[in-house]
Amino acid sequence: MTGRVVVAGASMGGLRAAEQLRTAGWTGAITVVGDEPHMPYNRPPLSKEVLAGKAPFASLAFTPKAAAADVEWRLGTKAVAARLAERTVVLDDGSQLPYDGLVVATGMRPRRLRCPGPLAGRHTVRTLADAQGLRDELTRPGVRVVVVGAGFIGCEVAATAAGLGVREVTVVDPLALPMVGPLGELLARALLKRHEERGVRFALGTGVAGFEGEERVTGVVLSDGRVLPADVVVESVGSVANTEWLDGNGLDLADGVLTDGQLRVGGRPEVVAVGDVARFPNARYDGVSRRVEHWSIPTDTAKHAARTLAAHLGGSDVDLAPFAPLPTFWSDQHDFRLQSFGAPALGLGDVRVLDGDPDGDVLVGYHADGRLVGVVALGGQSAAMGAARYRAQLLKQPALTA
Amino acid sequence: MKVVVDMNKCQDHGQCVFAAPDVFSMDDDGRLVYVSDPDDALRDEVEEAADVCPLQAIRIEG
Repeated sequence: MTGRVVVAGASMGGLRAAEQLRTAGWTGAITVVGDEPHMPYNRPPLSKEVLAGKAPFASLAFTPKAAAADVEWRLGTKAVAARLAERTVVLDDGSQLPYDGLVVATGMRPRRLRCPGPLAGRHTVRTLADAQGLRDELTRPGVRVVVVGAGFIGCEVAATAAGLGVREVTVVDPLALPMVGPLGELLARALLKRHEERGVRFALGTGVAGFEGEERVTGVVLSDGRVLPADVVVESVGSVANTEWLDGNGLDLADGVLTDGQLRVGGRPEVVAVGDVARFPNARYDGVSRRVEHWSIPTDTAKHAARTLAAHLGGSDVDLAPFAPLPTFWSDQHDFRLQSFGAPALGLGDVRVLDGDPDGDVLVGYHADGRLVGVVALGGQSAAMGAARYRAQLLKQPALTA
Repeated sequence: MKVVVDMNKCQDHGQCVFAAPDVFSMDDDGRLVYVSDPDDALRDEVEEAADVCPLQAIRIEG
């Protein structure tokens, strides 16, 4: 096979796509383009072990597979435009990369709060540089921390900050409970209690109206009028898809890049998308296209998309079964872990305790039409293993639409 | 094929057990145990296990 596949995005999804293209038999050139100066690295520890200083930054680097040793890495540069009809990607240094196949792997960036106030002292957690900067501030003596957003990253960062012994840490969220979106009320309530018992404060049911301070932030003004003194602010309020470079190609970019059930983009067999930027239908569930920001998704999507793309480029458009990953996520906070299999968010209307009780180790089942669609464990290692016992059952279930 | 797990990194997520049950398992205390010199016929599943390890603690040599 000759020709070139360009992979736009050099994080986990880009790396896995390059590796899986080799596994799928693509022997032509592969060029991976990424805006960060680093080779791909593992991000989850940025809000946990690495932020806590328990693991060095250098420990995050992925070890690329030997089969991908001849991949060309163009780091510190990014795709700024694409002309899909001409099969060309334009980079920020002005160069143009023609391709035979394109993998969209540009991921997400943190959403920022737009309310008034100084920027200095306000952090996000997405990149190595972000985590290094935040760690420097959290380890100053006596800092008061406000975390805006009680999702995965916000709850993890708050737990890490508490563990580092900061003077105080408060989590702000407009919703009434932390992580209530992905977990539902029962577990979110249990989570809140655990955080509070470990010294994390919460300001729930209120948003942020602005930031106080001249040069740098000194306080967070809540929409209910209260002001929380703050030396460090962490904004964990969701993310924005990096798709601007794909503008002008007639694609559906309303939330990430829309794909078909084989992860192809815009009806073009030579363009696929992987990772959290891909909005794909999951044949296991209801066929609704969604972006999924769980850690397992870059690997799952890369494997499937590479097969799709390699088959097309090799001239053998095989009939692959539609993409149907079993979602899984975990989150480590303080001394406990959340471990999920399946799609709890699709079963929030019918939540049942399957084992244990919410004050201790607990396993919760999420149901749609009376059928189990997801499980989440909260607690220690044995609780997480309890969730794993339901994995096979969730895998075997027929599609929700069946 | 030689498999090495960095037990300082391993946090007993167990994802490798799903990917390569012939090589990785959990003992009664929920701690990882594994075969360090699996048959080469298991390479695909061991590579899958290395990919899905949240801590990226699994290394394949040779």
